[in-house]
Amino acid sequence: MILDPARFVDMERVYWNELQAILDKLRVEPGWRMSIPEVQRLHYLYERCSADLARLDTFSTEPLLRGYVESLVSSAYAEIHETRAPSGKVRWRALGAAFPRAFRRHLGAFRLAVGLTLLGGAFGWFAMRADPDAKAVLMPFPGLLDPPATRVAREESARMDRLHGQKASFSAMLMTHNIQVTVMTLACGVTWGVGTVILLFYNGVTLGAISADYVGAGYTQFLAGWLLPHGAIEIPAILLGGQAGLVLAGALIGWGERASRADRLRSVARDLLAIALGAAALLVWAGLVEAFVSQYHQPVLPYGLKIAFGLLELAALSIFLARAG
Amino acid sequence: MKALRIETPEGVVFSLQLATPVLRALAWSVDGAVLIASSVVIGRASGTFAVIGADWANAIATLLYFVSSMAYGMLFEWYWRGQTLGKRLFGLRVVDAQGLRLRPAQVVMRNLLRSVDFLPGAYLVGATACLFSRKGQRLGDLAANTVVLREAKLLEPDVERIAPAKYNSLLALPHLAARLRSRVDPEAVRIAVTALALRDGYDPRARVELFAELAGYFRSLVEFPEAAVEGLTDEQYVRSAVRAIYGR
Repeated sequence: MILDPARFVDMERVYWNELQAILDKLRVEPGWRMSIPEVQRLHYLYERCSADLARLDTFSTEPLLRGYVESLVSSAYAEIHETRAPSGKVRWRALGAAFPRAFRRHLGAFRLAVGLTLLGGAFGWFAMRADPDAKAVLMPFPGLLDPPATRVAREESARMDRLHGQKASFSAMLMTHNIQVTVMTLACGVTWGVGTVILLFYNGVTLGAISADYVGAGYTQFLAGWLLPHGAIEIPAILLGGQAGLVLAGALIGWGERASRADRLRSVARDLLAIALGAAALLVWAGLVEAFVSQYHQPVLPYGLKIAFGLLELAALSIFLARAG
Repeated sequence: MKALRIETPEGVVFSLQLATPVLRALAWSVDGAVLIASSVVIGRASGTFAVIGADWANAIATLLYFVSSMAYGMLFEWYWRGQTLGKRLFGLRVVDAQGLRLRPAQVVMRNLLRSVDFLPGAYLVGATACLFSRKGQRLGDLAANTVVLREAKLLEPDVERIAPAKYNSLLALPHLAARLRSRVDPEAVRIAVTALALRDGYDPRARVELFAELAGYFRSLVEFPEAAVEGLTDEQYVRSAVRAIYGR
């Protein structure tokens, strides 16, 4: 039993202070690489403090002293037992390769995301065709509530650039909004996938309703010319967010897996990060294209050119995701 | 207060104090204030971009605000090893749920999932998850496998300053002093130390009431013989008890 706590503290304080100084330095200088003797000293101090904690545990119940030594041991434990490789600089090239690899590793989740969006699209299509009055509910965007014929006539006959002096800020607004939607689609995976499924389905409903409206009115070419240049990148990016959300949900649920939930989540964390960053980068491009290209129609930009541009983007993205990395 | 128990391979068990939702909310309010301040700065700074045109200035301001709000938590928690300004102010730290070092992927994940924890507003989902989670985790913590700790105060107070050296009748009974040390709540000791340090600044009546309450708490833990405490005022009793707890 520790009969004299003051003496015990006086004897051990020098080691506690030394360990504290090392831990403080590691906090202030995350990139500090210790030499072998320094690592050995850290290990010795950790073991000595662990022994002190064990003594306090067994022979004494001093909460103040225990809390102090406990905090030292817990901080040193994190440094000593961390076996994952330290990550210093961000390796952008490696991240660029990690994105398509992560996409391919979880192709099943991407297919499911596509399936849910198509299901929503089919629902939106048939709902719009069955009840055109539901337009305001199915696609609640003020700019789309006019009949397609009115909008097409207005935009094709425009003599002035309606986005003059606003293109950059419109583009920035689109980028931030779409990244937020994608992040939300990913993040909703934490609701065991329910939120992600709802968002993917809802996104599909909106796309299906818009398609039904314009195709039904005979403006298929306008629709393709308007949507494809940015949609060829934006829609897959949101689907990637959905893919990441479903992967997250899968790790949380862990059907048929023996690993603990913490291990399952740890195993997919890097893939989720790669997919999220990749999707965000795609949405920056999509935002630029939507503001600077998609809003301009025939005769300013021929539909054939816009559709070809969109298809080219889609092909490039597909090849990148299928082959890169 | 919830705690996270970890057993090391050496067989040593230690527990980490988990942050309460209230402390986390206070830290978040500081971070929120920092973000508001940064948005004001960005708004002002965007004026300097006007030379390249109002449109581009607005675009840059929109993107800077978005990036700062998304990256604030990620960058600070990465470089400060699990702390933002608010967390540092309130002594909180994000760590791996197994007590290991925090990884960048975990930092990004828990910050990305704030959007769900924030729903439907003011972190209602996150706070509810915190209350019901065994480890006090919001959904972002659950997915990133992280917890938020309350860091232990590591330094002993300057006992000589708060309770100048005099004969301490409680220390003359080491077995009872040891019992007092073993039973006392560290939080109560902290309160007593603070009360002693600030005692000259209190209103006289408040001072008497505060030390009466503190002395009552310490007396309830261990009963010292009448001869040892005879003539001690409540304040003197608290001072002697604090010195006895620190073994001085």
